[in-house]
Amino acid sequence: MSASQKRLAALRESVGEVDPLEALELQQRGARLIDVREPDEVAAGSPEGALRIVRGFLELRIEQAVADTETPLLVLCAGGARSLFAADDLERLGYTDVRSVAGGFREWKNAGLPVEVPRTLDAEQRERYGRHLSVPEVGEEGQLRLLDSKVLLIGAGGLGSPTALYLAAAGVGTLGIVDDDVVDRSNLQRQILHTDARVGRSKVASARETLLALNPSLDVRGHETRLDRHNVEEVFGGYDVIVDGTDNFPTRYLINDACVKLQKPNVHGSIFRFEGQVTVFWPSREADPGPCYRCLYPEPPPAELAPSCADAGVLGVLPGVIGVMQAVETIKLLLGIGEPLVGKLLQYDALQAEFYSLRVERDPGCAYCGSEHFPGYVDYAQSCAAPVAVP
Amino acid sequence: MSKTTIRIPTPLRNLTAGAGFVEVDAGTVGEALTLLERRHEGILQRVLDEHGRLRGFVNVFVGERNIQALGGLDAGLEEGAVISIVPAVAGGTR
Repeated sequence: MSASQKRLAALRESVGEVDPLEALELQQRGARLIDVREPDEVAAGSPEGALRIVRGFLELRIEQAVADTETPLLVLCAGGARSLFAADDLERLGYTDVRSVAGGFREWKNAGLPVEVPRTLDAEQRERYGRHLSVPEVGEEGQLRLLDSKVLLIGAGGLGSPTALYLAAAGVGTLGIVDDDVVDRSNLQRQILHTDARVGRSKVASARETLLALNPSLDVRGHETRLDRHNVEEVFGGYDVIVDGTDNFPTRYLINDACVKLQKPNVHGSIFRFEGQVTVFWPSREADPGPCYRCLYPEPPPAELAPSCADAGVLGVLPGVIGVMQAVETIKLLLGIGEPLVGKLLQYDALQAEFYSLRVERDPGCAYCGSEHFPGYVDYAQSCAAPVAVP
Repeated sequence: MSKTTIRIPTPLRNLTAGAGFVEVDAGTVGEALTLLERRHEGILQRVLDEHGRLRGFVNVFVGERNIQALGGLDAGLEEGAVISIVPAVAGGTR
């Protein structure tokens, strides 16, 4: 008898085994079935409802998946050998009720027990998103969720550029981009989606080219239009999260009002010279709903108080900082992890090198998010940048 | 009277000769803003309307709380308080 066979025989005694049918019954009564096989084995089928944690990461990931060490665990591999070693390790970690499934997946299948083919990443995706897969909060399930997600970016400009690049890199499967502008040389100081060779071309087309070069498998949808009350709901319709990187008040209020009406989270960023702010407006959030843009600023400023767009100016790097934070918040929302920036306005002052956060309360009397009845869209006169700025 | 720091947002800094912070001794937010106006003429009309009310596109915070939740311009100040003036900013620069 080889050393491994001796060890396995001993583990059969100490760990204990159950046959597949028994395992299924225990699973139905609350035990967790853990398939510890390699991704390529799992891709061909795995017991229905099983947790899938590859053997090599089992000890590192089990606590994230099953926090209570008294939960009964059933470990399964292909033939029942690897699962014995794995079960032994789980006992050492402190799990009190662990057994191995005798005969493994082979016997599970032979017994005609329920099998599913889990959606998994392919080899190329596994390589591309490897650094996400190593983060327990993302993992394969999270990465699949990102790939299934649809995010709409309003503006392929200073804020939209870094947001789009990082969301594309992260594998957000569908990225919509709304912009009706063309690339101007003066954009290139900050709008890193575009290139000098594309001056004069549509921003949406330019953005698409850059994003697909970074991650060719994405679905990048261009909406070469200016948002207005007539098209906003149709454009927003299929998306999970809206990212506001626009440059003017009328569009910001339109985005807010549509997000309130369609119950979509609105990841808001804005900048002026050396200062930026970022927050998430999400009044329809189920647990702990947040304010909308109008709770903070009920009405846009009158046009006469706003300086012209060209006067506003911005440090080219600043939208990079704010746009990247919008990307971070978007990914947190899509994965449902962490504390979203809801009810909190994060301010960045580049000159003072300071971040500080301000609480934004929900206004129960808000005409939009505080009311059952949607008051309708408003066409505001165009005004620019920061209304209080001194020309 | 409490030593208070008023944070000046970038769009208003050319009224404070570029200063990002102004220090005043005041008991309420309203007093602090009046003192700010005395030091830097013209700044207050950007924050308050002709009736002395806060403009709809400007918020004022003490610490991290909006003064709307603290009694408005009458909100009291503790020693070392930080007042932030936060105007709506639209820029995304397309």
